[in-house]
Amino acid sequence: MSAHDTAIDTRAGARAGIEPEGRKPRRISPGRIGIYAFLIMAAVFFLVPLYVMIVTSLKTMPEIRLGLLFNLPKEPTIQPWIDAMVNACTGLDCHGLSPGFWNSVKITVPSVIVSIICASLNGYALTYWPYKGANLLFALLVFGAFVPYQVVIYPLIIGLSWAGLFATLPGIIIIHTIFGMPLLTLLYRNFYASLPVELFKAARVDGAGFWRIFFMIMMPMSVPITIVAVILQVTGIWNDFLFGVVFAGRENWPMTVQLNNIVNSTTGVREYNINMAATILTAAVPLIVYFVSGRWFVRGIAAGAVKG
Amino acid sequence: MAEVSVKNLGVSFGHLKVLRDLNLDVTAGEFIVLLGPSGCGKSTLLNAIAGLLDITSGQIWIDGKNVTWEEPKDRGIGMVFQSYALYPRMTAEGNLTFGLRVARVPKDEIARRVERTAELLQIKPLLGRRPSELSGGQRQRVAIGRALVRDVDVFLFDEPLSNLDAKLRTELRVELKKLHNRLASTMIYVTHDQIEALTLADRIAVMHGGVIQQLATPKEIYRRPINRFVAGFVGSPSMNFVEGTLRLAEGAPAIELPSGKRIGLGGYEFSARPEDGRPAVLGVRPEQMEMKPGDGGSALPIEVHLIDPMGADSLLWGNVGTDTISVRIGPDDTFEAGTAVEAWFQPVNASLFDAKSGERL
Repeated sequence: MSAHDTAIDTRAGARAGIEPEGRKPRRISPGRIGIYAFLIMAAVFFLVPLYVMIVTSLKTMPEIRLGLLFNLPKEPTIQPWIDAMVNACTGLDCHGLSPGFWNSVKITVPSVIVSIICASLNGYALTYWPYKGANLLFALLVFGAFVPYQVVIYPLIIGLSWAGLFATLPGIIIIHTIFGMPLLTLLYRNFYASLPVELFKAARVDGAGFWRIFFMIMMPMSVPITIVAVILQVTGIWNDFLFGVVFAGRENWPMTVQLNNIVNSTTGVREYNINMAATILTAAVPLIVYFVSGRWFVRGIAAGAVKG
Repeated sequence: MAEVSVKNLGVSFGHLKVLRDLNLDVTAGEFIVLLGPSGCGKSTLLNAIAGLLDITSGQIWIDGKNVTWEEPKDRGIGMVFQSYALYPRMTAEGNLTFGLRVARVPKDEIARRVERTAELLQIKPLLGRRPSELSGGQRQRVAIGRALVRDVDVFLFDEPLSNLDAKLRTELRVELKKLHNRLASTMIYVTHDQIEALTLADRIAVMHGGVIQQLATPKEIYRRPINRFVAGFVGSPSMNFVEGTLRLAEGAPAIELPSGKRIGLGGYEFSARPEDGRPAVLGVRPEQMEMKPGDGGSALPIEVHLIDPMGADSLLWGNVGTDTISVRIGPDDTFEAGTAVEAWFQPVNASLFDAKSGERL
């Protein structure tokens, strides 16, 4: 027995140095089956409504009235999508979602840029140039992340109308910037705090000041966290309904508000196919952002220390 | 060349006094090493000299100028950090020239200085690379280059070699020494590595608890440590301490062990004449003892525990009473565990400390 064992050992040792010991782990274990079963169920749970939306949006109204929700369209048509984009009516205004789409772009792009510039500056100053009361300010900012929006809406309306910015584009941009500040500042501050402080010291010995260190050292290093911030802000602001309806003003209403108005029109027949198409169109921007930048998002969140 | 002078420096973080009333004079062209355990304030002192933190009291003078309230860039210093702190989005050349570009040095002057520095540190082929494309040793070379290119007279090093592996550390240490000999600039170097301190320094400042315990040449620090902390911190393995009572009454001075055995101290140079019967600690380095009697030496009775072979030599570990002791012995010397042996030393080489204050007697 021992001679046999030794023979095997020598052979194994000669071949690979170290051989795995014990039984080979099975590929499929009960736990694994459970995990996949749960994941598949969760996926179905979220995908079935999407499926219904897509097939409905491609059907004609007579076909929808048959009530066969899960059937594929017999005569697929993209007319509902075109209607949703440019023809659907809210009240007497029949321009579809397109004005809302452009309004959302006009609100989202400046809001994202302004809020990210402010927040990165905030995070940078709080991390590297701590002044008296900096910690208190930071604590207040973080606390701000937990204040329910509804509580501050009324004071903000008063404040903005006093400043003459209520129901204007700059008004809604300011609102989005303010409400993005707590989370984004936290994000940037923690990111900068994770960088080696010696980098900042080296730049100071090299003679760079507040702005130069920010623009030439910190900003180029902030790419991963900025991608996270852009994703958060784009999806958050694009999906916003409450602030849009309150602060943007009728002519600046974002896509979400317009979608609601189209879907909830009470006159005439409910055009389910157009409603479905309009909803998917509205959700498309955040969806695309996620699909395109998902891996950057994970990488950015995981990017703690920047080595080298 | 520039001298650096720290006068009555105090630094506090909130209520925590990190440095108090600290004085340090570095002559021009000197290589000073600040040596001490973590948290002793050595890096704080360096940062204060660099102007990277707000000091609470005192003054800092560089090259005959009071720079206490000057910006780091105006102090005429270059600094090298432990984590290299290279700007990750710039090439090695970008890192070297950043400070010069900030200071609006003319382009041809920048090129000239980069050329000279790259030559000196042999980093020319690396200039186009990003820090992430450099090895640890190369990064630290570039970081040293970034300090050199500033054309200053005072260089501050904050544990520059601690992140490197042992072999590279030795190489760069030798190069740093050469660099100092060549540039003859003032260098202040923070480390917790005593080998670096002993090899590099003109003078070592051993720090502990925010206070410079001893400022002296490496030899002096090693041979005549001023107190028990310095004695225990410098030297590896550290100095052996044996507690006892000083006996001066009858004849030659001696230290009486708790067991009653007297160890003669004939030839030891007392700094002040101490009184008889004082509790004292005898300090002898492992390499100052031999296992055979020398002329005029004294012997410590040791109970052998084990032998640690270290390659070039071995360490004998044993007990004197309750104190653990190590003796450096030849690589082939053998001693049985549990046997009683005698280790001989010359009292003139030994140190004697007050048991209470820890000061050298």
